[in-house]
Amino acid sequence: MNENPAAMLPELLLVLGAVIGLLAGSWLPRTRQWVVRLVAVAACLAGLVAAAVDLTRPAQEVFDGTYVVDAGLGAVRIVVLASVLLVIGLSVDGFAGSPRETELYVLLLLGGLGAITMAGANDLLLLVAAYLLASIPLYALTGIARTGSGTEAAMKYYLMGALSGVTMLVGATVLFGVGGSTQYADLAPALPGAPRAAVAVGLVALLAGLLFKIGAVPLHFWVPDVVQGATTAVAAFVSTVPKIGGLLALHRLLTTALPGSDVDWSALVAVVAAVTMTLGNLGAFFQDDVRRLLGYSTISQVGYLLMAVAAAGRSALALPALGLYLAAYAVTNLGAFAVAAALPHARTPADYRGAATRHPWLALSLAVCLFGLVGTPPTAVFFGKLVVFGAAVDAGLAWLAVLAVVNTVASVFYYLRWIAPVFRRRPAGGEAGDSGTVVAGAGTWSTVSAHVAAVASVLLGITSGPVLALVALP
Amino acid sequence: MLSVVVFAPLALGLVLLAVPRVPDRVVLWSWVAVSVADLALVVALWIGYDPVSGIGHETNLRWIPTVSAGYHVGVDGLSLPLVAMTAVVFAACAVYSLRERRAVRPYVVLFLLLQTASLGLFVALDLILFFVFFDVSIVAMYFVIAGWGHGERARASALQFFLYTFLGSLVMLLGFIGLYLAGGTFDIVELAASNPLAGQGVLGGLVLLALVVGLAIKTPTVPFHTWLPPAHGDAPAAGSAVLAAVLLKMGTYGFVRIVMPILPESWRQYASVIVIVGVVSVVYGALVALAQTDLKRMIAYTSVNHMGYVILGVGAAGLVAGGAEQARTLAVTGAVTQMVSHGLITGALFLLTGVLHARGGTYDMAAYSGLARPAPRFALLFAVAAFASLGLPGFSGFIAEFQIFTGSLGQAPVATAIALLGILLTAALFLLALQRVFLGATEVPAGRHIGDVTAVEATAIVPLLLLALVVGVFPAFLLEVVEPAARAVVELVAR
Repeated sequence: MNENPAAMLPELLLVLGAVIGLLAGSWLPRTRQWVVRLVAVAACLAGLVAAAVDLTRPAQEVFDGTYVVDAGLGAVRIVVLASVLLVIGLSVDGFAGSPRETELYVLLLLGGLGAITMAGANDLLLLVAAYLLASIPLYALTGIARTGSGTEAAMKYYLMGALSGVTMLVGATVLFGVGGSTQYADLAPALPGAPRAAVAVGLVALLAGLLFKIGAVPLHFWVPDVVQGATTAVAAFVSTVPKIGGLLALHRLLTTALPGSDVDWSALVAVVAAVTMTLGNLGAFFQDDVRRLLGYSTISQVGYLLMAVAAAGRSALALPALGLYLAAYAVTNLGAFAVAAALPHARTPADYRGAATRHPWLALSLAVCLFGLVGTPPTAVFFGKLVVFGAAVDAGLAWLAVLAVVNTVASVFYYLRWIAPVFRRRPAGGEAGDSGTVVAGAGTWSTVSAHVAAVASVLLGITSGPVLALVALP
Repeated sequence: MLSVVVFAPLALGLVLLAVPRVPDRVVLWSWVAVSVADLALVVALWIGYDPVSGIGHETNLRWIPTVSAGYHVGVDGLSLPLVAMTAVVFAACAVYSLRERRAVRPYVVLFLLLQTASLGLFVALDLILFFVFFDVSIVAMYFVIAGWGHGERARASALQFFLYTFLGSLVMLLGFIGLYLAGGTFDIVELAASNPLAGQGVLGGLVLLALVVGLAIKTPTVPFHTWLPPAHGDAPAAGSAVLAAVLLKMGTYGFVRIVMPILPESWRQYASVIVIVGVVSVVYGALVALAQTDLKRMIAYTSVNHMGYVILGVGAAGLVAGGAEQARTLAVTGAVTQMVSHGLITGALFLLTGVLHARGGTYDMAAYSGLARPAPRFALLFAVAAFASLGLPGFSGFIAEFQIFTGSLGQAPVATAIALLGILLTAALFLLALQRVFLGATEVPAGRHIGDVTAVEATAIVPLLLLALVVGVFPAFLLEVVEPAARAVVELVAR
């Protein structure tokens, strides 16, 4: 039996970082909580190195087969850790010196750990536990600013999360009942012989938790409220990191535990994907708050991501497509949020008018990220979409690819609603006093994060060949 | 060296972005310098290219091996003339833009990006690479129209342009994915050699539909042309010139580079539909152009008409049953020549309308009359461009259209006869426009002075017209490059 804890080095480093950070933060004076930030950054960097080293090793199952360390998990580790670093970067401006700085970093580390664990889980119970670890820190994060809307969002998020968590547990119980085990490896041979209806019920109940985690229809209602109500840094985290873990967990569950089952999960996921991308887009159309707009945009992006899951098992491209799209989506989405964090007083697209004159580089980064989210080459999301569409058509889901194309074109409209004012000049004189200050000062750290994300989005696109090859490793 | 030609403009653009506080004059002149140098390199490429050797100056690097997409570039008789035309038009636009004063640096950077995208598209021999350049050109052109166009309306036009052509590009991408799944690669040369969809009737038809719709939107042909007139009407002069001269060719080039060689069977099957679309574009474009009162929109509609000839030519090349291989080769040669010719002439026409707008502040033909008196050189240049555009012998347009008609007559006599009407209509509309704007008693918009063409403007425009004249009088240097490649395409279609 393989119980080598070194295989989980990145995860352990995150735990260590969180514990040290929490202890240190309790004793440090408020003005010196930046030490905790350094601890968190160090934990992430060390974890990145460990994860990169792990990628070179062959896949292995550890702890009695409950946890799988393979290329998929390696990709998730790297993307999650890089995302946590970016979120820390874009949170510094808003949180430096605030009374809850330590808590923020610790909760970010724990939330990231939960996402990674979900992706590696090869056992229903571990999956549920990881789900809780990926959820509870986020409830606290959402309410961390203690504003009215933040508290409301946290309540909503918590209630939906608790309900889905319980549903998920019921699903795990049913599958355990009919399959005789909680391990994916044992479920795979057992489920095809089990009663079909019971398997279907168990699967759908399990999916409830995962769909909630990634913010897919029909469990998406919390996304816009949380993204709008929480602070921008938290919104960036909540709308990015759990999705990474959740989607990989979904992929692993469906391909490892249910490959031979006669429950047609591929069609189910395809329908969820279609509805998710369409409703997300429709919701985003007339939003007048850029963060709410981003919230709906993340829903539609999950729809595209689910296409890769729907194609899983039928197209060899599915897993590489999922990995590349997740990485691309993470950096690009965080870039857009970083711009929103850099200009905290600009809430509506109209507020961004004239931003290009004052902050030309920030405006350029925003344009790169938003066009990236549309899926314009040469940014990374384009290549992600390309491979995802290819996988979907390959898996016989051409209708889904066509729908995704239509949705992509529709999405241009609302992203442009944000881009267009950025590059318009402010009317000379007149209202310069009131709205001119809205885009006045840009936060240094958020700006840097936005630039990093934009550059990474383009570089990841150009180098998508080698990146795909990494994920495609057996 | 081909990659240098493609990426030199982008490199300059990045430098201009990175270096703070460059004076506007330096920015503009550096663009002129790079585009002239690029043009010189293209001339060197042309001299070093052997027409009978197929693809020259080739580079093929691994890029995304997981989906067999590579950085594969090269030129042949189809792309080299278009690359040269692109380099010429961008050099002309660089010179023309020397008087630009509004937000110069982003303007120049966007054009440099466009230049790289356009050159890259024509040399791309990989579908993904092709698509990347295709979409980058759309984004850059969106910003050019929205940022430097005429007034509030320009933003709506830019949005319409973006949504429409972006939709087209994605439909085309679905077709590319279909080709990839059938052929296992995105490499155009390999796909053309393997003919992956042979014998798969319905699937071939669907992929053809996706590709043709995507490219037809870009070209544009009737009924997908509605984005074109507003985009042109509201774009700045250099933007219009690039849009009409270079970006439209991306659509028609896609037909000869991708669709015809890779989907020969489906192309032959549906060639008559293509021919009909071409003829309708010819006649409808000319008729609507005739009804315009706005000079720039009129020229925009003549582009629909001129692109219609190209579509007619490539469609006729698919009607294998009706004519000899020689005739079909002639039709494709004419189509490629028409792309080059239209680029040169329409580029000049749009720059000339820009000259008019800079003086009079409007494109409305009713606001002007008798301009030949205050601006004789302008009137002369415009008249030359107009006659070249309507296909007067001695200019490139005549050579191109003559070849298309001769090549198509055998296969599609009725269609060709109807398309001939288009020539008549364009002649009428250009003569009418010349008469309205330049002859009679002098009238100009109130408070405006119409000065003649300046030396800088002439330097931008005259070379375009001279080249159209050179191609018209000594076409051999162009045709001997195009012809072998056109023959290769015709042979691929006939297999």
